[in-house]
Amino acid sequence: MSLRSWGNYPIMENKVYPLQDVKTAREQVKELSEFIPYGNGRSYGDSALGKNIIHTKKYSYMLAFNEETGVLHCTSGVTLAEIIEVFAPRGWFPAVTPGTKYLTVGGAIAADVHGKNHHSAGTFTEFVESFNLLLPDGKEVECSRKKNKELFYATAGGMGLTGIILDAYIKLKEIKSTKINQITYKTKNLEETFAVFEKIQSYPYSVAWIDCLAKGKNLGRSLIMAGDFEEEGKLEYKTPKRKAIPFYFPDFALNTISVKAFNWIYYHRIWKKESKQRVGIDAFFYPLDAIEHWNKMYGKNGFTQYQFILPVENSYQGLKTILEKIAASGMGSFLAVLKLYGKENKNYLSFPMQGYSLALDFKIHKKLFPLLDELDDVVHLSGGRVYLAKDVRLSKENFAKGYPNLEKFIEIRKKYGMNKKMQSLQSMRLEI
Amino acid sequence: MKILIIGAKSDIAKAVAHEYAKNGHDMVLACRNAKESEIIAKDIHVRYNVHATCMELDVTKFATHAAFVKKIESVDGVVCVAGYLGEQKKSQEIFEETLKTIHTNYVGCVSILNYYANIFEEKKNGFIIGVSSVAGDRGRGSNYIYGSAKAGFTAYLSGLRNRLSKSNVQVLTVKPGFVNTQMTAGMKLPKLLTAQPEEVATSIFRAQKANKNVLYVKWMWKYIMLIISLIPESIFKKLKL
Ligand SMILES: Cc1cc2nc3c(=O)[nH]c(=O)nc-3n(C[C@H](O)[C@H](O)[C@H](O)COP(=O)(O)OP(=O)(O)OC[C@H]3O[C@@H](n4cnc5c(N)ncnc54)[C@H](O)[C@@H]3O)c2cc1C
Ligand SMILES: NC(=O)c1ccc[n+]([C@@H]2O[C@H](COP(=O)([O-])OP(=O)(O)OC[C@H]3O[C@@H](n4cnc5c(N)ncnc54)[C@H](OP(=O)(O)O)[C@@H]3O)[C@@H](O)[C@H]2O)c1
Repeated sequence: MSLRSWGNYPIMENKVYPLQDVKTAREQVKELSEFIPYGNGRSYGDSALGKNIIHTKKYSYMLAFNEETGVLHCTSGVTLAEIIEVFAPRGWFPAVTPGTKYLTVGGAIAADVHGKNHHSAGTFTEFVESFNLLLPDGKEVECSRKKNKELFYATAGGMGLTGIILDAYIKLKEIKSTKINQITYKTKNLEETFAVFEKIQSYPYSVAWIDCLAKGKNLGRSLIMAGDFEEEGKLEYKTPKRKAIPFYFPDFALNTISVKAFNWIYYHRIWKKESKQRVGIDAFFYPLDAIEHWNKMYGKNGFTQYQFILPVENSYQGLKTILEKIAASGMGSFLAVLKLYGKENKNYLSFPMQGYSLALDFKIHKKLFPLLDELDDVVHLSGGRVYLAKDVRLSKENFAKGYPNLEKFIEIRKKYGMNKKMQSLQSMRLEI
Repeated sequence: MKILIIGAKSDIAKAVAHEYAKNGHDMVLACRNAKESEIIAKDIHVRYNVHATCMELDVTKFATHAAFVKKIESVDGVVCVAGYLGEQKKSQEIFEETLKTIHTNYVGCVSILNYYANIFEEKKNGFIIGVSSVAGDRGRGSNYIYGSAKAGFTAYLSGLRNRLSKSNVQVLTVKPGFVNTQMTAGMKLPKLLTAQPEEVATSIFRAQKANKNVLYVKWMWKYIMLIISLIPESIFKKLKL
């Protein structure tokens, strides 16, 4: 069966080769004329799609854990969900986690994912001490900030285009409780949203849900959630029972009216300007994971997420322009997520930079791509960039504008023969 | 509690190992190449904090079994998962293939389990789980070499149960229908009738704890096989199965 990405778009035929062990993987990469690694398909676009797929999910082994340092050595198919299940009850948690826990360690490194604590902790790979990489010629190399460092900086955030990450040493963070104290702020408009974000920088975790269909004086109204693990409490963890969407919703289910209604209810369900909650790990970090296959809600034609970031000095103006364009188009999304990020790292293709990022879901629609092209122009004029883990349509030119280290990355691809053998639909489109 | 798993590298065995480890059991993982199963042992140790060791065992190398059992004497239960599907066509033409199928699925498992049957009988304690197959319930043209070996294994387990029930030793026969594993990779299996290895493992664990005798997974297979076994031979022989 062919594999898809989270957006269910595009759909293509591919041949799937499960990663069983290093020996077989070595033979596979030598034999195949081209291939791309695939973790658990939580990327929205076409970065894990290609003719031949090396599927790493079943290559899931925890090899060692150091109770003193919190460093876990595991293979690339281990998911964050598994790590949490095993280690949260022992007082450890991924130092960085995105908004889903059903991604693999390989996918987390390849997209250099970030979470609600980017401003205080940085990206996932900042907690990766080293990893073993299988190069397209079948050689295995250890990569860290000291050893083979150019391969480290290229692979962290390199969207699977430099080799197969086999296993990694990752540092977990200590927690004293599996409960989180959360504060929710309700803001009236973009100005207030920015002001609150700046005020709550001292909370390690923060994120905002923004009503992307609100216009005029309500433009940019948001619910901002901030929080941290309790200082002391119980350590217990079990994944709550998940609900499932068993089939693709019909096309008419998601339209401007239902999206508007949802956004309105979501915003107005919180009354107070400031309220406090005590919530569990899944409610705080993974609200969307509560519904299995929620992506089917967007129907058979699929959907995409558009996520961009703008440097802090241009964020306000850029966001305002973009939000106005979206509200005017009427093509809004259920959950638009806004966040203030911390410093950029040294990886060649990592997405985060100091500034504001906005992520929006859109149903695939013939009017959508022209709108996104327009938004790209605003992003790049403001000195920002678009996130590859979500992307399925960015142009080669706009991509190059957003990623100043692209040349270095392409050089490394050439040097190790990666450009000949490792291709995703995305890398071909972007000519990486 | 400590268990021995034979054929430990298989997908079903791996899932069984996780299930027993999750429930606090130490284990010995036996397979043809002990080095290859070390990664499974490490994983189980990190995840569940139980002790897991690896041993070399080829069920078709009968002469090595006595020595193996000497080293791994004190276990509380044995799960025998080793098996070989073989190629029916090839078996019809090349006797070595037939022999390999019968030796792996039947003779080899009998050889090693004989030792543990005696040990448990003497201790008056222990359990033996044999993974057979629904393919052993009735011979079919498309895989009767494998099927007959599994039929032999099923009959062996049934006899063993009869003998050992007097000594407080449980014998559980597991008959999977289709399971999504390496063995069936690339085959088109009907989704509704196909179990995941994890599902097989939890069913095995539960059935063993509940002192059950025979387990079909998925459960529908019990009734499917009942119907299949009721078809009169005069009709059955004409079916393309
Ligand atoms: C509900 C939801 C919320 C999300 N929230 C966030 C968020 O807050 N922050 C964020 O950063 N991301 C977020 N994401 C995106 C997701 O974290 C990334 O796309 C991640 O890369 C998915 O990992 P995966 O294991 O599913 O990999 P896949 O989607 O299968 O692959 C992603 C990329 O990693 C490469 N890859 C996978 N495994 C390997 C390997 N072993 N070796 C080399 N390359 C490999 C692939 O080639 C591909 O380029 C979210 C996604 C969802 C569905
Ligand atoms: N999958 C199904 O649909 C299905 C249905 C009914 C019954 N079963 C039975 O379930 C059991 C497990 O099979 P599986 O589906 O998990 O497939 P599998 O992964 O192919 O497992 C078969 C295992 O048997 C081992 N083995 C083969 N010959 C051996 C020998 N001479 N000595 C020791 N071990 C040997 C193999 O070891 P290596 O890894 O070293 O090759 C392998 O680990 C088998 O008995 C099979 O007959 C499976």
